[in-house]
Amino acid sequence: MAEVILHGIAKTFGDAAAVDDLSLTIKDGEFVVLLGPTGAGKTTTLRLIAGLERPDKGRVTIAGADVGRQSPAERDIAFVFQQYSLYPHLSVYDNLAFPLRSPARRLSSDEVDHRVREVARMVRIDHKLENRSTRLSGGEMQRVAIGRALVRRPAIYLMDEPLSSLDAKLRAELRLELKRIQKDLNSTLLYVTHDQVEAMTMADRIGILSEGRLIQVGTPREIYADPANLHVAARLGQPHINLLPVDLLPGASAPTGARTVGARTEHLEIATAGAANAEVDWIEHLGDQNHLHIRVEGHKIVTLADPYLSVKPGDRVSLTLKQPLYFGTDGERLR
Amino acid sequence: MSSVNAAHSVVEPTPTSKRIAGAIVILYALVTMIPLAWIFLTSIKSPPDSISYPPKIVFSPTLEGYCNLFTTRTRQTPDYIQSLPPPTGTCDEITRSRNMVIAGPSNYWPRFGNSLVIAFGSTFLAVLLGTFAAYGFSRFRVPLADDLLFFILSTRMMPPIAVAIPIYLMYRQFGLSDTALGMILLYTAVNVSLAVWLLKGFIDEIPREYEEAAMIDGYTRLQAFWKVVLPQATTGIAATAIFCLIFAWNEYAFAVLLTSGSAQTAPSFIPTIIGEGGQDWPAVAAGTTIFLMPILVFTIILRKQLLRGITFGAVRK
Ligand SMILES: Nc1ncnc2c1ncn2[C@@H]1O[C@H](COP(=O)(O)OP(=O)(O)OP(=O)(O)O)[C@@H](O)[C@H]1O
Ligand SMILES: [Mg+2]
Repeated sequence: MAEVILHGIAKTFGDAAAVDDLSLTIKDGEFVVLLGPTGAGKTTTLRLIAGLERPDKGRVTIAGADVGRQSPAERDIAFVFQQYSLYPHLSVYDNLAFPLRSPARRLSSDEVDHRVREVARMVRIDHKLENRSTRLSGGEMQRVAIGRALVRRPAIYLMDEPLSSLDAKLRAELRLELKRIQKDLNSTLLYVTHDQVEAMTMADRIGILSEGRLIQVGTPREIYADPANLHVAARLGQPHINLLPVDLLPGASAPTGARTVGARTEHLEIATAGAANAEVDWIEHLGDQNHLHIRVEGHKIVTLADPYLSVKPGDRVSLTLKQPLYFGTDGERLR
Repeated sequence: MSSVNAAHSVVEPTPTSKRIAGAIVILYALVTMIPLAWIFLTSIKSPPDSISYPPKIVFSPTLEGYCNLFTTRTRQTPDYIQSLPPPTGTCDEITRSRNMVIAGPSNYWPRFGNSLVIAFGSTFLAVLLGTFAAYGFSRFRVPLADDLLFFILSTRMMPPIAVAIPIYLMYRQFGLSDTALGMILLYTAVNVSLAVWLLKGFIDEIPREYEEAAMIDGYTRLQAFWKVVLPQATTGIAATAIFCLIFAWNEYAFAVLLTSGSAQTAPSFIPTIIGEGGQDWPAVAAGTTIFLMPILVFTIILRKQLLRGITFGAVRK
C-alpha cells in the first residue's frame, strides 16, 4: 500500500479534454471515490494512473516515485475494469490465479493456491471455483473481478464502477463487503462511480468530477453539507436539491449577490397551521419513504415527508426555509 | 406452453418449417455429393466400365484403379507371366490378368507427401503471419493502416495466375522452381492477405481490456497475446486455417507451371496418370478419392470451430 499523487494531469482525445488539470492525493490506506456523470473522465483518470494512457501534461507519483516512464506492469497496481472483467476462456480459479501466475511474480503453485482460496472466501465465491467464468451470474462475476484484484497486494487498487451492472440489493451487499475488505486490508483504493449512494457509503473522501475537472474534494459529510457550487449540490441528496429564486419562500437571509437558494429536506419546514403559501400536489409513496410534491407559485418542490405529517393532495401548507444554501449568479456557493 | 403459442413463437421453428428446412438441406447435400460419389464409384470400376456409355450404375467393383494408381507396370507375354511364381497379392493378380507385371511403385505417394508438406506448411505460415499482422492492425495505431489493409486486399483482386509469368521467371532466377520451399512461399503470399483480413475481424472483437488487464497484472504484451488473445481467437484461426488449407491443397495452375519433378504436388500429378491407350480413369478417380481425404478429416476435426467461425463472430457472444 502506498500514497498516490496526481499532479495536474491532463488528457485530450482529439480536441475534447477528457481529463483537465486534475490534482489529487490518495493517502496510504484511504478509500477515495471519484463521483461524476457519464463522460466526466472517470475511466480516463484511472487509465492514466494505470499507465494505459499517457498524460499530455502532469505527473503521477506512487509511493513517492514518478511512474511516468513505467509500464503498467511495473506500477504495482490492480485494476477492476468497468466491463470485460473476466477471461471467458478460464475457470473462476484460473481467473483468480492469473495475476499471481504472471512471469514477473514467480510464486510457487502452493502459494498461488493458498492466496486464491483465501480471496475466494473473502469475496464468497469459494463454492464456484471450478466453474467456467461465463457460467456465473452478474453478481458472481463482479465478485470474481474484485477478487482478481484482491489476490495481489498492490500499491493501489483502481476500480471502475465495479458494481454498476448489478441490481440494487446485490449492489448494497457488495458495497458493504468491499468497504469491510478495504478496512481489513487497510488498502489504498481509488473507486469511480456515478452512483452517489456508493460514494456516500464507502468513501473516506469523495472527489466530484465534472467534464474532466475535479470540482471539490472532501469527506462525504463535507461534500453533502457544504458543497462548493450548484453542480456539487445537485449531485448529492435524494430527492434532488430544490433550486428556487431567493425571495420565493420566507426564512431566507440571503447574502448579497445570491441568486439561487438550494433547499434539501432538512432546509424546509412544513406546517399545517399558519399562513399558507404552498399547496400539496401529490404524495409519492416509495415504500420506505414518502416524497411530498409541493407547488409554490408555479415552482415545484420535492421533499421527504414526515410520516406523521397528516396532509393530502390539495391541502394548503406553510413552507419556511431553515438555513438553506445560497448560490451566486455563476453557480458558486455564497456563505 | 400451449401448442397454439408454440406455433406462433418467433424463436422456436414449427415442425413444418423444420421439415421443409430439413428437406432442402438433404436435397442440397445430395446435389453436392453426387460428383464425389461418382468419383468414388469410378475409382472402383474397371477401365472399360468407367468409360462405358450409358454409364453403369451396377457393376462389379474392383481394386484395379487403386493398383494402377500405386504402381507402374510393364506388358509381358502370357508365356512369361505363366512362368512366374504365384502372385503375392491382389494387385499382382489383377495386373497379371491384364497381361502385365508390376515394375515398381508409382510416384503417387511422394507427390501426395509434397502436397501435405506444401499445403500445411504454407497454411501454418499464412496463419502465423496473418495473426500477428491482424493483431498489429487491430491494436496499434499503424500509420496509413487503412491504405495498407486495402493494399493487402488488392493482391486478391486479380486471379493469382495473372502474375504467372513474372513469378515463373523470378522463380527460375532464384532457383525456387520445382522446390517445396518455393511453393510454400507462393501459397503463403497468396493466403496471407485473406488471413489478415479474416483474423483482423476476429481480433477486433476481442476487447482490448483483456490484454490491458493482463499487462497490469504483470504480463508483457507478448505474454498477454499468448495467454489471453490467442485462446479467444481459436475459432477465427481455425476458420482461417481451413480456408488457407483448401486453397493451397487444391491449387492447380501454379503447381502445373512451377513443379514437374521432385516438388510436384498431387493436383498436378493426378492428371498425368496414363494407362495403355489413354487416360486411366479409375486410377485418376482413385487418386482423387484419396486426395480428398485430408481436407475431409481436417474439416471434421475443426467442424465445431468452423461452424462458429463462418458466421464471422456474429453470434460469438
Ligand atoms: N480512447 C478514446 N478516444 C477518444 N475519446 C475518448 C477515449 N476514451 C475516452 N474518450 C472521451 O473522453 C471522455 C471521458 O471518457 P471516460 O471514459 O473517462 O468517461 P467516464 O467518466 O468513465 O464515463 P462512464 O461513466 O460512461 O464510464 C468522453 O467524452 C469520451 O468520449
Ligand atoms: Mg467509465
